Amino acid sequence: MALSREQLAQRVAKEMQDGFYVNLGIGIPTLVANYIPEGMQVMLQSENGLLGMGEFPTEDAIDADLINAGKQTVTAVAGASFFSSAESFAMIRGGHVDLTVLGAFEVDVNGSIASWMIPGKLIKGMGGAMDLVAGADNIIVTMMHADKHGNSKLLPLCELPLTGYGCIKRVMTDLAFIEIKDGAFHLLERAPGVSVEEIIAKTAGKLIVPEHVPEMVF
Amino acid sequence: MAGFNKVVHSYDEALAGLTDNMTLMVGGFGLCGIPEGLINHMVKLGVTGLTAISNNAGVDDFGLGLLLKQRQISTMIASYVGENATFEQQMLSGELNVVLTPQGTLAEKIRAGGAGIPAFFTATGYGTPIADGKETREIKGRHYVLEESLTADFALVRAWKADTMGNLVFRKTAANFNPMMATAGKITVVEAEEIVQPGELDPNHIHTPGIYVDRVIQASFEKRIEQRTVKAAK
Repeated sequence: MALSREQLAQRVAKEMQDGFYVNLGIGIPTLVANYIPEGMQVMLQSENGLLGMGEFPTEDAIDADLINAGKQTVTAVAGASFFSSAESFAMIRGGHVDLTVLGAFEVDVNGSIASWMIPGKLIKGMGGAMDLVAGADNIIVTMMHADKHGNSKLLPLCELPLTGYGCIKRVMTDLAFIEIKDGAFHLLERAPGVSVEEIIAKTAGKLIVPEHVPEMVF
Repeated sequence: MAGFNKVVHSYDEALAGLTDNMTLMVGGFGLCGIPEGLINHMVKLGVTGLTAISNNAGVDDFGLGLLLKQRQISTMIASYVGENATFEQQMLSGELNVVLTPQGTLAEKIRAGGAGIPAFFTATGYGTPIADGKETREIKGRHYVLEESLTADFALVRAWKADTMGNLVFRKTAANFNPMMATAGKITVVEAEEIVQPGELDPNHIHTPGIYVDRVIQASFEKRIEQRTVKAAK
């Protein structure tokens, strides 16, 4: 069975380490915060100027001056800090964030990512995504492996306008955990009950499959 | 105004000299930290042909969305404009010229503008449509794009506390683009929730020194929330 959005987030959370500063994008990446392992301390960076983002506030604690990058009201944890957007992107561009998780429309075997624009259909802007992919070394892209018609989103070459060129090394889809290196996708793990054949059929770019492909463990 | 007293008492004084076809910076992220009263007054003034530099474009009936609806903005420089239907429609019809700019690059363009740096190299956007027509350079094995800095005729800023000399303190994530924009306007106008006397703000805690600020006006804010997300009380 393909992973649900929650399971996908849960698997990504296992890549966290104690003491990590982490930036989570909008959508599935945001859910990752719900699965940070017990006893592990992680500080969440929100690019609008908050390091140490907490959970949503209770109704009586809502503060219009305290939001996340998705414009949702949030709280700040003990040890948090506030700063300007320039400072925030100095952290991101300067490579100080330990792990970045964000979504994508397409990725390709060169590690390029398209996530911000569908010509003629969707032009909302890239927000901070281009800076995040250019600045971070440790990025996990979360996405659906194929569209609802079964067309692969893991391509030989991205077809949509790029967000970043050659910057993605790890992709977590609803079917598989994949590493990108040497101009190919490398299958690391498969979702429980998903066959290697299905992953091969839904991966358009060159895919290297080892002899044994373990199932994800939750 | 006398000496270093920058306090003005009306929006007409605050925006004196703002005319058609000027370039403006407007602070805020979404609707958080926007100079609400200054935006509302620009609607009243009816100035047109404006170039607006702001991370977002407000929503249809609040923030910069109000200026868009009156067709007062001709060029918008922003990183994300997804929350505004008027915007999308004017952009698709070609009425509005839009320069989508990565958020970090936008922040740095403004910071650099205020700091007298004309351009800088960044890896952001290399190999993407954002780099089209721009100079690129390989430095120590990595590719970078040359991005030019930004300044404006007016910077419109919202602060939490200001003293009469224009020293500013921002509050929580309402800081966002405001501190850099305060440095990059030929005329910087600050709308503050509270104005205090010199000496009342601890010099250790001032975010923006008064040298950057030209006018300060006291205001109360609606502080509209875009996404009201809550958890259940225990």
